[in-house]
Formats: sequence, C-alpha cells, structure tokens
Amino acid sequence: MTEIINVFAGIFIAIGALLSLVTALGILRLPDVYTRNHAASKGSTLGVMSVLLGAFLYFYTLDGDYNSRLILAIVFIFITSPVAGHLISRAAYNTGIPMWEKSVLDELKDKEKHEKDGLKREKQ
Amino acid sequence: MAFQILLNFFLAFLWMFLQNSFKGKDFFIGYILGLLIIFGLRRFFNSRFYLLRAAAVLNLVYIFIKELLLANWAVFKVILKPKLDMKPGIFAMSTTLETKWEVTVLANLITLTPGTFVIDVSSDNKILYIHAMDVPDVEEAIDGIRNSFEKAILEVSK
Repeated sequence: MTEIINVFAGIFIAIGALLSLVTALGILRLPDVYTRNHAASKGSTLGVMSVLLGAFLYFYTLDGDYNSRLILAIVFIFITSPVAGHLISRAAYNTGIPMWEKSVLDELKDKEKHEKDGLKREKQ
Repeated sequence: MAFQILLNFFLAFLWMFLQNSFKGKDFFIGYILGLLIIFGLRRFFNSRFYLLRAAAVLNLVYIFIKELLLANWAVFKVILKPKLDMKPGIFAMSTTLETKWEVTVLANLITLTPGTFVIDVSSDNKILYIHAMDVPDVEEAIDGIRNSFEKAILEVSK
C-alpha cells in the first residue's frame, strides 16, 4: 500500500515538474504579455499544486506525518494565482502595453462607451 | 443558511447534554438527528434546506478542479505546437450576476477556463472583459460560460 502511494507521489511530482517546464517554455515562446499570462497563470498553478501534493503524499507514507500546512498551501495558491494573473494583465493593459499584432479583436478599448450605453453586441 | 447550521450545532449540543456524555461520537449522532429535525421543519425557514446549498458548493469546487485540468491541457497544446497560429483578442461579456462575491468567483472560474482570462471588470460589475487565446469562437465561449459557470454560481446563491 505505501509503495503504491509512493508511486503516486512520484507521478505527481514528475507531472508538476513537467508542467512548470512547459510554462517556462511558454513564457519564452509566446508573443505578448497577455498570452504569456495564459501560460503563467494556469500552468504554474497546477504545476506547483501537484508538486506540493506529491510532497504531502511522500511525507505521509514515509513517517505518517500529516502535514496540513502543505494542504493549506495548495488551497492558497489555488485561490491567489488567478487573481495575480488578472492584476498583472490589467496593469499591463492600463499602462498601454500593446497586444500582439496578429490579435483580432479588442473590445476593451470601447469600455467608456459600454458603460454609458450598455453592451450592444448582445442585442444583435 | 448560517442560521440553519448554527441551529444544527445547537441541537447537537442539546443531544450531548441529554445523554450526559460529551464525546465526538455523541456530537455526531446529535448532529445527524438535528439534521433530520431541520429537514422535517424546512418549510419554516426562509432559505433552502442548507445541505442543498452545500452540495452546490461542492459542485462548484468540482467544476473548478475540472476546468483547471482542461485549461492546462489546452495551454500545453498551444505552447508545444510548432506554429504560433492562435488568434488572441479581448471580448466583452455581460453577466447577470449581481453581488460582488459572485462576480469574483465567476472571474476566477473564467481565468481557470481553457484559453480565457479576465482582464477588466466594468465599474458597475455588469461587463467582464475577457482575453481569449482563440477569438473566432467568442459566442460559443460566452454560451459555455453562461450555461456552466453562471448556472452553478446561481445555484449556490439562490
């Protein structure tokens, strides 16, 4: 039984490391702040979460140490990292960082108009 | 809802006092019995029977985790594709949710959805501005968000 859980811990840690690697590749490859943010806010969240889960399982089987701080860390990361991604991209947009030139649509530039007359596209 | 939970705790303590035995086991039995009483008297409360709402919260957590896994798979595919041929863009979506925590939960859910995240929220909390990895299927994405997330959140708050 402990062997099985150990294997699971190894799998979780390997998946987490792989996801973090892919996130790093994404930050290098993708063209602008916003698309990089896609990679950073999703990939690294799940990557770090599964590494923590693997560590939790490993110490649980190794010496029966139920480390609730790791569980709390998983929950905190799950809650905070999408908010961090949102704030970074919002700050980038408000300081006028341009989107990738192949972007096809930008409805945020009509924000004031939407606030005055409501969203028009929904009615068409 | 909070009132029903508090009442359930009170009934559990009442059971412990009636038994004159103060163990976790007695609290548990009292809690189950109190749950049955509250279920029997549910038409006297203003809100729904609170276990239904707890089930809706669990459903929301399940959706969160499922979307996180799907989102990672989608990002994985975009990053490892040899050609960068996605069409990113920002689209606006109006929401029917009203209170602040509902909009916050919806924004967090959208951020964890495959290929989308929230850039800005209008000052009256009515319009969300969403950056998408692939814009051409905007209407589809909006419909998907409406049908799954908004419904699940409304299920919790009603």
